[in-house]
Amino acid sequence: MKMATQTYTIGTVQDFLLQIGRVVVAGNMELAVFRTSDGAIYALENRSPHPKGGPLAEGIVSGHFLYDPLYDWKIDLRTGEVQAPDQGSVVTYPVSLSGDIVTVSL
Amino acid sequence: MTAKRENLVLVGNGMAGIGTIEQILKLGGAYDITVFGSEPHPNYNRIMLSYVLEGSKTLNDIILNDWNWYEDNNITLHTGTTVTRIDEESKQVVADNGLSVPYDKVIIATGSNSFILPVPGSDKEGVVGFRDISDCDAMLAAAKQYSKAAVIGGGLLGLEAAKGLVNLGMDVTVVHLMEDLMERQLDRNASSMLQAELERQGVKFAMGKQTVELTGEQRVSGLRFSDDSTLAADFVVMAVGIKPNVTLAKESGISVKRGIVVDDYLQTSMQNVYSIGECAEHRGVCYGLVAPLFEQGMVLAKHLCGSETKPYEGSIVSTKLKISGVDVFSAGEFLDSPEHTVISSKDEWKRTYKKILLKNNVIVGAVLFGDVTESANLQKLVKQGAVMTDEIYTEVMGTGCCGGGAKKGASVETMADEEIVCGCNGVTKKAIVDAVTEHGFTTVDEIKACTGATRSCGGCKPVVEQILEFVLGDSFQQAAKQGICGCTTLSRDEIVAEITAKGLKTTKEVMNVLGWKQEEGCSKCRPAINYYLGMINPDTHQDEKESRFVNERMGANIQKDGTYTVIPRMYGGVTTPEDLKKIADVSLKYDVKVVKVTGGQRLDLIGVKKEDLPKVWEELDMPSGYGYAKSLRTVKTCVGSQFCRFGTQDSMGMGALMERKYERLDFPAKFKMAVNGCPRNCAESCTKDIGIVGNDGGWEVFIGGNGGIKPRIADAFCKVKTDEELIEVCSAVMQYYRETGNYLERTSEWVERMGLEQIQTVILNNEENRKELAARIDFALTQVTDPWKKILNDNSTRTALFEETRL
Repeated sequence: MKMATQTYTIGTVQDFLLQIGRVVVAGNMELAVFRTSDGAIYALENRSPHPKGGPLAEGIVSGHFLYDPLYDWKIDLRTGEVQAPDQGSVVTYPVSLSGDIVTVSL
Repeated sequence: MTAKRENLVLVGNGMAGIGTIEQILKLGGAYDITVFGSEPHPNYNRIMLSYVLEGSKTLNDIILNDWNWYEDNNITLHTGTTVTRIDEESKQVVADNGLSVPYDKVIIATGSNSFILPVPGSDKEGVVGFRDISDCDAMLAAAKQYSKAAVIGGGLLGLEAAKGLVNLGMDVTVVHLMEDLMERQLDRNASSMLQAELERQGVKFAMGKQTVELTGEQRVSGLRFSDDSTLAADFVVMAVGIKPNVTLAKESGISVKRGIVVDDYLQTSMQNVYSIGECAEHRGVCYGLVAPLFEQGMVLAKHLCGSETKPYEGSIVSTKLKISGVDVFSAGEFLDSPEHTVISSKDEWKRTYKKILLKNNVIVGAVLFGDVTESANLQKLVKQGAVMTDEIYTEVMGTGCCGGGAKKGASVETMADEEIVCGCNGVTKKAIVDAVTEHGFTTVDEIKACTGATRSCGGCKPVVEQILEFVLGDSFQQAAKQGICGCTTLSRDEIVAEITAKGLKTTKEVMNVLGWKQEEGCSKCRPAINYYLGMINPDTHQDEKESRFVNERMGANIQKDGTYTVIPRMYGGVTTPEDLKKIADVSLKYDVKVVKVTGGQRLDLIGVKKEDLPKVWEELDMPSGYGYAKSLRTVKTCVGSQFCRFGTQDSMGMGALMERKYERLDFPAKFKMAVNGCPRNCAESCTKDIGIVGNDGGWEVFIGGNGGIKPRIADAFCKVKTDEELIEVCSAVMQYYRETGNYLERTSEWVERMGLEQIQTVILNNEENRKELAARIDFALTQVTDPWKKILNDNSTRTALFEETRL
């Protein structure tokens, strides 16, 4: 259970290249942030749900999906759900845009 | 309101028992289930142990049901616990640790043990069976410590053990009582071809030898045979057979002959106690293979769940040897007798052999060696007792080319619903048909993800394809055409042709114009299309970072903890004290975890943090060694004529020259080379994509070698006299591979797909062609730049890729 959410500004839209993930560190939290080709921005915990873990930020992005860089699991960026035949989920965090400014609520 | 569920106790946590439990769960059987296993592991795929020994799989890869599976299905599991008695009176199952569990039904699936020859000395240290993970571990450990192994038994298991030990570097002799290997599965022809093939792979044989004693002090030191000859060995594997494990049944007063006697519903002589698998004896037969276990499990599961089932009437068994690169198969009857009609063909040059036996025109058995493409089909025909027709004859005795498959649908049509198609995972025809009809699947991959069929050894793939074809009927042609990935039905060649014809420029455009199912592709097709675009238009293609795998995007190999490794170039494996000093200084400054010498004669700096990568490259000030790329990795060299007293050619010089010439260019897959100064081949040219061996009059070129998971010795391609010719030939081979290879296809696979003669014809018999290929690669090479420098000179990419935002 999280106590309270806090909103952080993590940069401008231009800081996030299309389909190239970026690591954002907030306190002891590490996020993987992705800008998809339709301009949407998603933030997930930067940790693969695969039993061996590892980062997510360097995966290949296709539409709203991410292919995990180490184990090729397919993950829905919107929900964090791992797609069949693999199973698991990643924690996602809400992102909002006001103009060019990107904020995330943790 | 819930009725009290009955207690089902399974003794034996292996494939047969757990397979049955899986079926019971599928059928919705309402039991409280307890499982006992003697081994300390969850259920694993015993038939894959040979791959664990071979090193191509790990224990984790062969686990079939992990701990979570037991938990998710509310199954109580006691590992490392052996059941000693079933007490019929109190209806309790009693274990060696004093645990006792009440039962309503018991399944005994205790499998079998290695049969250890009752000869003096068989209890010495260094004598093992080959049956479970602990045996496998013992073999892996022995190979590190001892050098000379003997495997007693030239059957399936013995040969797999022997090959595994050879791969582990031991000197191995197979001792066999008979004159023919695998005499229970193969005829003389196939046996002798098999022996010749295994001898080529380094296994030695002592045939017609009966072991009468294992000699040595505490540890075994050798074998003595009945003819008084001896063989030295400091490690012995007994693989003479298996013995049904009937101890529990005997102790509990259940009727036992060779195995635990069961009827056609797998019921033993004790009420409510059943037995399946290798420990059971059905109609006088104990089976030692996997397929019958699933057939038995299916009948028992239905019986226990009260569903309608046909009785179990025995299994037709078939054999496949699980040694990489040796293909042997047999099914049904395989020894000719006067009552058989024999169809056979033997090709000593291609080393293939095919034999089919008919009785009154019915197919009753088959043996295949070297080319086992028809194995699944023949197994099915034998099982069905199919009558030989002209069509079947053409199909199975055909030339093995891509024709002849027109009538395959008919035989899967007559296959019974409950027939096991995938023996490794116990998947029936019905499960596959249901998957196709319910989910609308159109590819084998989809069936694999849903049912597990073809997931393990892949042997059943042809039958799965036929079932798919049969279910889809006319819509199959369109649907089942396999594209390069799930996003498209187009093949590699079609995509490349479209890119050229339509002048497509980006992956997005390719996917859009060619109607991709998943608009932005996937991790399989995006990197592939990006490669094809660059190969077709080396000067105009804008490389797409977002379509590159992580390693190629970052210019370094990612490790499991998210740190990276950095490998600078050392042309031809030669460095200088100054460079070493620089590498040492940078490693210290950036706290590199390990400095490792790679197999390709350079240094690997392991454990660099992502954000430090650009600084490390900058301070090293060396070109990237491309240790992460589908590109030329390294050119391995021996010392050569500059210093070596045997050297006939300057291998270090030529290696460095080649590495400088061809570095940085994208290939379909990683590309490794070696240059040797003389035929002693110290730089191991035989396992490289291109291997070059110098001799007194010039150079010899080898192609298509590989030392990885599927080792392949390179083919001799040609001999040349001058350095210029050598470079021209290498250039042409590389460019031909770049232009025709499938993305991720190594040259070892490419040479086999294209055919060596075809490649020789294109390059060696046609000078004009060769020069054009060489000119094309030279042009592509003018476009390449060092990736590390490029990132250092491009601030925005550097920031976006390597820096983290810290709040």
